[in-house]
Amino acid sequence: MLKYETIAELVSEAEKRNIKISELVLEDQAKSMEKNHAELYEKMQKNFHIMIDSVKDGEKENQRSMSGLTGGEGFKMNSYLKRTGGGLSGNLMTKAMARALSVAGCNASMGKIVAAPTAGSCGIIPACLVTLYEDKGFSEKDIVMSLFTSGAFGMVIANRASIAGANGGCQAECGSAAAMAAASLVELMGGTPKQCADACAIAVSSQMGLVCDPVAGLVEIPCIKRNVSGLMIAFSSADMALAGIEAKIPADECLDAMREVGDVMTPALKETAKGGLAATPTGQKLKEQVFGTDNL
Amino acid sequence: MNVFDIIGPVMIGPSSSHTAGAVRLGRVVNKLIDDRKLKKVVITLSGSFAQTYKGHGTDRALLAGIMGYKSYSPEIRDALTIADERGIEYSFVKRDIKGAHPNTAQIHFFLDDGSEGVMQGASIGGGNILVNQINGMSVEFNGDNNTLLVMHEDKPGVIAAVTNLMHWEHAELNISNFHLSRQEKGGDAIMTIEIDNMPPDELVDDIRKIDHVTNAILIRRV
Repeated sequence: MLKYETIAELVSEAEKRNIKISELVLEDQAKSMEKNHAELYEKMQKNFHIMIDSVKDGEKENQRSMSGLTGGEGFKMNSYLKRTGGGLSGNLMTKAMARALSVAGCNASMGKIVAAPTAGSCGIIPACLVTLYEDKGFSEKDIVMSLFTSGAFGMVIANRASIAGANGGCQAECGSAAAMAAASLVELMGGTPKQCADACAIAVSSQMGLVCDPVAGLVEIPCIKRNVSGLMIAFSSADMALAGIEAKIPADECLDAMREVGDVMTPALKETAKGGLAATPTGQKLKEQVFGTDNL
Repeated sequence: MNVFDIIGPVMIGPSSSHTAGAVRLGRVVNKLIDDRKLKKVVITLSGSFAQTYKGHGTDRALLAGIMGYKSYSPEIRDALTIADERGIEYSFVKRDIKGAHPNTAQIHFFLDDGSEGVMQGASIGGGNILVNQINGMSVEFNGDNNTLLVMHEDKPGVIAAVTNLMHWEHAELNISNFHLSRQEKGGDAIMTIEIDNMPPDELVDDIRKIDHVTNAILIRRV
């Protein structure tokens, strides 16, 4: 049985047996959950289908959040994509950005999502994987399998650092999601287990210290847009790893650093809506707009 | 922890603690009500629940859970309307409950048959909950296990009678957690018994027949 305490364990076990991390994890999880492979695969496939649905739900023109502070970002990005033939970043990335915005918007409007690893960061993994599925021709089977890789990296991150904004800031939510997604992307592109770990390390390093400062305490500003930054970092980290650019600090040490950074982060910057963007004059004004001045 | 705790759960947004956890707190009340008809609920929101409930749909989530919906039911969005259609009166009160976890709700429910009850619990992150009080007595369970609540008079031998019955009649049942709370010596008391496996329905009926037991409720995993 795997312990999910180190990324090194995932890499060395997969290398030793010459299999993908996703195959290793599916086998291990089936054993520990006392279920067969097909059952676990089907459950993950269902999650992937909900991810696809959450993209569709959130890209509607009239999508609005419960508070009314945000809405329609996915639609705007898709319109821009069509109008400009791919915007600045090209078709693939602009479409992926639209998907991240759509899923995060779906979440903000009380739509159905897959927390991956959390609700606040739920747009990053779907944006990466639905893009590879719909626009790059990857098979559903490979995509669904790659979610076991994401999940395994996420378990190590949860064990070694944190996946909760209240404990570790946004680096623990969008940061973790990007690191998990990066590992999946590398595996899908045919990278080695070591390259998956490198991509994870690069993504974690890229978001080290990111604070959780939601305006009015809502999962909207800046969370929705940070899903886009997480997505971009997932792609760039995966590309760097696939290019053979190694992480100079090993993934496990990056996670230890992430934990230490989260520990010293002041509570004002850990989901309490008391610091960062939440504490700006405009952030405060938006809070009053939603909740009034009456506060307990 | 398994891979589906990370890629999952499937839930209605926007917040695992303010929405998904709130549904699960509501579901505890749904189990307490069982198949009796609900007339009215008064929901007190404390701390962060009180401050952000509108933006996170915490009100809809609690009400949806009380009506038996799950944290992935799309109906959560329309829970207020559904409650209106079912003729359930509801109101939300913002009040700080001293010493309570920041995400605490107290749900006071009134049934058609004239009975009532109160449950207080907190959403402690990631959709996880902790139930702190039932009918004014302290309990402690998280709804992840099958939980048996036994209301009784504080008399010697009642705990032994309950656990003996469980052991002799249903040897396969294994208790994973046990908590006892009482209002005063000889007064009302409540046992919280978490069980690994799923107890049969007749267990609850049999426990209700034990001397000094006033009621027993089984809360299946919420």
